[in-house]
Amino acid sequence: MSTPMKTSSQDIQDMIKSEQVSIIQRITRVQALQIVLVLLTISIIFSIMAPDAFLTVFNLRSIMMNTAIFAVLGVGATFVIITAGIDLSIGSVLIFSSVISAMVMGNLGASGWTTSLIGLGAAILSGAAWGWLNGVLVAKAKVPPFIVTLGTMGAALGLAQVLTGGIDLYEIPTEMVDTIGFGNLFGELPNLVVLAAVVCLLGGVLLHMTRFGLTTYAVGSNPEACRRVGVKVDRHLIWIYIISGVTAGLAGWMSIAFFQQTSIGGNSMTPLTVIAGVVIGGTSLFGGIGTIFGSVIGLLIPVVLQSGFIIIGVESYWQGVVIGIFLIAAVYIDGKRRERAVRGSGRKPRRLQVGGVQVGSTEKEGIK
Amino acid sequence: MALLEARGIVRTYGSVIALDGADFDVEAGQVTALIGDNGAGKSTLVKILSGTENSEAGEVMLDGNRVNFNNPAAARSHGIETVFQDLALCPHLDPVKNLYLNREIKRSGLLGLLGFMDRKSMRDHSVEVFTDLGSTVRKLNEPVGTMSGGQKQSVAVARSAAWASKIIFFDEPTAALGVVQTANVLDLIRRVRDKGIGVVLISHSMPEVLEVADTVQVLRRGRRVATINAADSSIEELVGAMTGKLDEEAA
Repeated sequence: MSTPMKTSSQDIQDMIKSEQVSIIQRITRVQALQIVLVLLTISIIFSIMAPDAFLTVFNLRSIMMNTAIFAVLGVGATFVIITAGIDLSIGSVLIFSSVISAMVMGNLGASGWTTSLIGLGAAILSGAAWGWLNGVLVAKAKVPPFIVTLGTMGAALGLAQVLTGGIDLYEIPTEMVDTIGFGNLFGELPNLVVLAAVVCLLGGVLLHMTRFGLTTYAVGSNPEACRRVGVKVDRHLIWIYIISGVTAGLAGWMSIAFFQQTSIGGNSMTPLTVIAGVVIGGTSLFGGIGTIFGSVIGLLIPVVLQSGFIIIGVESYWQGVVIGIFLIAAVYIDGKRRERAVRGSGRKPRRLQVGGVQVGSTEKEGIK
Repeated sequence: MALLEARGIVRTYGSVIALDGADFDVEAGQVTALIGDNGAGKSTLVKILSGTENSEAGEVMLDGNRVNFNNPAAARSHGIETVFQDLALCPHLDPVKNLYLNREIKRSGLLGLLGFMDRKSMRDHSVEVFTDLGSTVRKLNEPVGTMSGGQKQSVAVARSAAWASKIIFFDEPTAALGVVQTANVLDLIRRVRDKGIGVVLISHSMPEVLEVADTVQVLRRGRRVATINAADSSIEELVGAMTGKLDEEAA
């Protein structure tokens, strides 16, 4: 504003305006907190209903174990969804990577740490390859991510079935099963959970503290603006899908360590469960918003519900119903939040904002 | 000698001749308004001079040296920035991150190599830029999507002003703004000019052009038809030059 000419009343109006904005902002910023509250509420209800079964070390351990693989997938999915993309192929890529990993390890004798680590490398590489393919098709061929990853979802599963004849592989090194699948740190903390936590931590640092993470938000927020300032949007998107492929590959390796076999018939619901968790955790399908922390909380909710329902004797099928409701509610809230707080960067429609909350009092200032 | 001289620029789209040998000059420390009726070629000319599109013929001299901008990055590396009509901001990012988009300062040492950013320097420098321009942006940690049209505009202007060393193109910067905010943007333009930068203002508002511009260059049917000193011109003269009425009278 023209500081020298500005009247003090305008100054005050501006301050009031920014206060109003910050109230909306404060509400939106605690969305992760709201999800934590939901998770706490659910946990408290189950704890009250079944105090000696729900809040036990055994049950909490199994909840964490059941979330671990989803959380690793969730890290990749969060990156993808922040760019306003989607990756439906993660479940099939998980299976494909675990098949490749099991085949490689089987050929090496299926024993020993060296074999296990080569198997890890094979799983990650095959995941990265699918991610690269997804990324190239999305960024360069401009095929919508939904279609690309729907296609690779079918292709990766199909190839895994072709490679195995549809029969699961069981030759997994015992070292890897005993340590990664069932080992504990400090006696009580499952190594599977520790590994997942490390991946989430690394993902969180990459997303929230580095230039790569910032570019991810920027590309999701306004890809055209990024192009105009010289961001290599296509290249960035390819990397994002590679990250998603890598986490799916790692999850595949963790999965065979835990189940001691590949699971070709399983994981058909995995991508939807992970995407639902990420979205419930506050990551916006429209891009530009999201946190790894929120995704982890969002992924814990279905697992906690399932565990709780089994314990209190409700059929666990209800979990699907409740998660469905949560998912729709989360996207509804996100839509409302965007409508209120975050408008596009372009020309603002010159009208009052929804809900009587003035975000930009263009009209009033103009009239004065 | 002008800071930027464009001579005989030609650009066609199929059978449509957008620019038919257009000339254009920008002086340092002056506001040059570029006006013309719809379809006169203003946007095309700006796109060519800012590297978004290529010309088919003609030459561009910057500081007396021939330059060729194949892409926006080439223009930016010569100190030429554009404030786009749609502002080209990321609505979810705060003003600091928008200001430094793709130009983030990295930390020194290993952390920098790993991609960690020096947020403090970025923030401190942004405060300087915004204060320097007398910008209304007060909250540097709110997403720009939550800000008013005028504040968004000033973030976009500040970004260009922070990086431009030679020229800033303003593509209809006030088209979406109210009266007070328009005055503020014009004030920003004057401040940028006072830093010695050549400002090009594309506008449809003749009073605005007369208020802020030093010279007015008029495009009609892809050619520059007049260069007018704003101080002793009038809305009638500008409109006459745009529509071609002056020529008819002269003839």
